Amino acid sequence: MPVFAGTELTCLRGDRLVFTGLDFRIEPGEALVLLGPNGSGKSSLLRVMAGLLKPLRGQLSWDGVAVTEDPDGHRSRIHYVGHLDAVKPVLSAVENLAFWATLGGAADPRANAHAALDRLGVPHIANVPGRYLSAGQKRRLNLARVIAAPAALWLLDEPTVALDRAAIALFEEIIAEHRAGGGMVAVSTHVDIAMPGARDLHLDDFTPVPHDEDETEHEDVEGEDAA
Amino acid sequence: MTRFLRLVGRDLHLALRQGSDASIAVMFFVLCVVLFPFGVGPEPNILARIAAGVIWVAALLASLLSLERLFQNDYEDGSLELLSLSTLPMEAVVLAKTLAHWLVTGVPLIVAAPLLAVLLNMNAEGFGILVLTLLVGTPILSLIGSIGAALTLGARRGGVLLSLLILPLYIPVLIFGAGAIDAALNGLTPRPHLLLLGSLLAGALPLAPWASAAALRQAVE
Repeated sequence: MPVFAGTELTCLRGDRLVFTGLDFRIEPGEALVLLGPNGSGKSSLLRVMAGLLKPLRGQLSWDGVAVTEDPDGHRSRIHYVGHLDAVKPVLSAVENLAFWATLGGAADPRANAHAALDRLGVPHIANVPGRYLSAGQKRRLNLARVIAAPAALWLLDEPTVALDRAAIALFEEIIAEHRAGGGMVAVSTHVDIAMPGARDLHLDDFTPVPHDEDETEHEDVEGEDAA
Repeated sequence: MTRFLRLVGRDLHLALRQGSDASIAVMFFVLCVVLFPFGVGPEPNILARIAAGVIWVAALLASLLSLERLFQNDYEDGSLELLSLSTLPMEAVVLAKTLAHWLVTGVPLIVAAPLLAVLLNMNAEGFGILVLTLLVGTPILSLIGSIGAALTLGARRGGVLLSLLILPLYIPVLIFGAGAIDAALNGLTPRPHLLLLGSLLAGALPLAPWASAAALRQAVE
């Protein structure tokens, strides 16, 4: 079974170290929840996982093979949902979705797009141009993208922003189905998303300690690293 | 390949529904050329003499006008990020978007050019070669421009910076494009100019997408 893992990851944004010495591991059917205050590097870690951002140190591996050796293969097995919804204002919801489904390798993108919109409870927006969609509808449309084409690993950056309770419940079901089918999920969130058996990763544990801190503090952090 | 064509199709679709970019480029082109008779006077001989150069300079500026938007929309709404994460190589993404840009802005210029040549009293012998040079030359403008558009992505006042970066690189295209027409009008063979123009296209076709893709990867990081 494939395992997605990262070892000793260090991320630099501008001239600030965001996190260092970070290890993670996701097995099929598992979910990893990234927790931490604003600026602790949740989004950066997801971008590193997606391959959008190169880590300063450390490496990602899929089934023991370094991701850098097979970047095309890695891109074909991930879905990334970021803060931006990538919805074109002049295309209808289903056209928007069908385009991404085609790029994702779906056999029948249009049918998949309709099915995905149904699944997220918004079949009525199918023919509405993107510019008339509300923030929540755009978000649902963006999330529909992950089920419109198959991929093993979902990287979701605050997927519940702008969603109502009903949509969050629907999305919890979708994640549960994906995991039941052997899929993997990494999600950053400030809201509670019910994901039974999900593993938590506290990013503030990996925030680098400034050099002028005293020695005891340093050991403390390293102790948590190992755990 | 289907993915490549779908991306070209999507961009054409977007451009046609928005409408503005395509028509602005060709209207700018026409207005720019029409200004010259007012500036230099309606003397037919003078106009005929400068026609080739004027049309080429106007085409160059018109193509520059819409280049700023080449990657901008996709960058701002997050589509570029997703495109870079798709299995389509970034070079293919650039090539597809550049092709769509050329079809939307370059082709209307080629169609409008002979009409403007009539307006400037260009000798009818030059019309064929004018269309031919634009047919080979405008794709080069789009290709070189894609590098500038990718490099200035996310920069403030990117449009001005883009012009400063790209216009000097357009000079060879201008020289050989206008040169070919002048040669034909003066009874010489335009072949060497056309061959050089063709070689510029052959060089830009693989190199420009490669350079733009590298710049875009930096931009989405």
